[in-house]
Amino acid sequence: MPLSKDELLKAYRMMKTIREFEERLHVEFATGEIPGFVHLYAGEEASATGFCMHLDERDKIASNHRGHGHSIGKGCDVHAMMAEIYGRGNGICGGKGGSMHIADLSKGMMGANGIVGGGSPLACGAALAAKQLGTKGVALSFFGDGASNQGTSMESLNLASVWNLPIVFVVENNGYAEATSSKYSVACDDAADRASAFNMPGVVVDGHDFFAVHEAAGEAIKRAREGKGPTLIECKLNRYYGHFEGDAQTYRGKDEVKNLRATIDCLDKFRAKVTSAELLSEAELNAIDSEVAVLIDDSVLKAKAAPIPAPAELLTDVYISY
Amino acid sequence: MARTITYQQAIGEALAQEMERDKTVVMMGEDVAGGAGAPGEDDAWGGVLGVTKGLHGKFGDRVMDTPITESAFIGAAVGAATSGLRPVVELMFIDFMGVCFDQIFNQAAKFRYMFGGNAETPVVIRTMYGAGFRAAAQHSQCLYPVFTHIPGLKVVTPSTPYDAKGLLIQSIRDNDPVVFCEHKALYTLEGDVPEEAYAIPFGEANITREGDDVTIVTLGRMLQVAHEAADALSKDGINCEVVDLRTTSPMDTDTIIESVENTGRLVVMDESHPRCSIATDVSAIVAQEAFGALKAPIQMVTAPHTPVPFAENLEDLYIPDATNVQDAVRKVMGND
Repeated sequence: MPLSKDELLKAYRMMKTIREFEERLHVEFATGEIPGFVHLYAGEEASATGFCMHLDERDKIASNHRGHGHSIGKGCDVHAMMAEIYGRGNGICGGKGGSMHIADLSKGMMGANGIVGGGSPLACGAALAAKQLGTKGVALSFFGDGASNQGTSMESLNLASVWNLPIVFVVENNGYAEATSSKYSVACDDAADRASAFNMPGVVVDGHDFFAVHEAAGEAIKRAREGKGPTLIECKLNRYYGHFEGDAQTYRGKDEVKNLRATIDCLDKFRAKVTSAELLSEAELNAIDSEVAVLIDDSVLKAKAAPIPAPAELLTDVYISY
Repeated sequence: MARTITYQQAIGEALAQEMERDKTVVMMGEDVAGGAGAPGEDDAWGGVLGVTKGLHGKFGDRVMDTPITESAFIGAAVGAATSGLRPVVELMFIDFMGVCFDQIFNQAAKFRYMFGGNAETPVVIRTMYGAGFRAAAQHSQCLYPVFTHIPGLKVVTPSTPYDAKGLLIQSIRDNDPVVFCEHKALYTLEGDVPEEAYAIPFGEANITREGDDVTIVTLGRMLQVAHEAADALSKDGINCEVVDLRTTSPMDTDTIIESVENTGRLVVMDESHPRCSIATDVSAIVAQEAFGALKAPIQMVTAPHTPVPFAENLEDLYIPDATNVQDAVRKVMGND
């Protein structure tokens, strides 16, 4: 089913927001002002966007350490996210979580996760709750090629299948788990090959092609919502930056990233497709580019100026109550 | 109206009453019913020791058997808890925590804090612990100190049928993640339990015996052992005050210190391994907060620093008994 103009604009804005957020973080992180670790999603935008475009307030997602794209896709506030990454008191988690623990349960974003493979069981739980409570909601678990090997992933695929849970498992295979190639660590050629072992459909999709992702995502989410059970979708894609910021990426080929940016960039592909089909104009897309640039710029400015958490916050919210 | 039932029945009753009261309370675990997918009876087990028998019949698909995949189903309980359900998930033996610990200590325990106060995780993890069944090293441990160590978890260790029912009801109603520890050798212990539902607050120790000579702080099955020792010691004119912790997190340090300030002598009795145990925890707190009240060094009575042995005589040596407690009391009284 073709997307409406509004949907196309929304998709572009989502991908562009993620891209600019991550590219700006790359620059800012290098100044040394950002504490801790960040893991950038630049290059992978079509995946988060293709899936999140189908979701609403009934639905929940579990994410991973490379979670900024999923967070933006699910509607987390960009200013609050940036403030969180800078460790400020007005961050989306009060400055107490940081990049790896960005979450907004009110938006169905169950959290980025610092534990590889940690999200799939949680997403199974969200799907179980949707089923028991009759909300017709679905859950998505976003994880990588590295996490696809983790025991929790296998167990979650099995549990989702035997319990017929309304869930979609999304393997974002960017070819690297930290500094190790998926060719080395993943025993099968396609992570999606594992799906049939757990009695669910396994789909491979070009993760640079928003439209391909959107279509496959739509089918799987519809399937889940109709009570027909889980699907495993593998998005083949690439990350432009390292596992974490500061990773020199010496394990990658010479000019590997340069060539990827030049040939398979998901934003370029989207622009080329919609403009050549005259669905959107360059002017419309450029207008979004400008708006997003302002948004990201403002979020960084505000984050840098925001106060750090009050010392008393060290001891708050360990429990709701004794 | 109270009547005599077992610890096991008290737990089953708490679950049934809470599931009746609140439709969002669900249960899951390995063979919590039993018979799933098999041609014989439904609810074939009701838990490996029958604690949850009858609940599947009453509550249908709110009682879910799981495959043997702890990290997935404990994690699913945690995720469901942040999504509108109030799951009571069974970790069959506390010894199995190794295969799912991440979902408990890195996920459930930390959501509220990491997400800046914007999360509630009302999950209860029921689990069986303790030695005495000849179940050997991997099915007999008392690992509650490991959970107690983790900020964000609450840890409950009932000693009697009355406490088991009231503390489990409290656990289910509490909105934080709770690890509810059931001693397997206490399942057949009988006691008076009210028919109606009631909740015992966390962080309130129970003084089960009053005395002025020495304070014995204990928990779980060791409460019975402490009383056995206290009875024997009273014949020699030594009057012990016995304090049952009931919950190790939060822990009622006020009651402990108040008692020690009165008696001046402390014996801490804990079935777990000695290093980094509840015994060392209580001892250090008292040494810091009530040093001036102490008339003698604190004595700890624990299992030895070994895995739990299989042979019957060795396991019986492993578990602290009333003689160990009496020796410790006499030592602290200065006449050993």
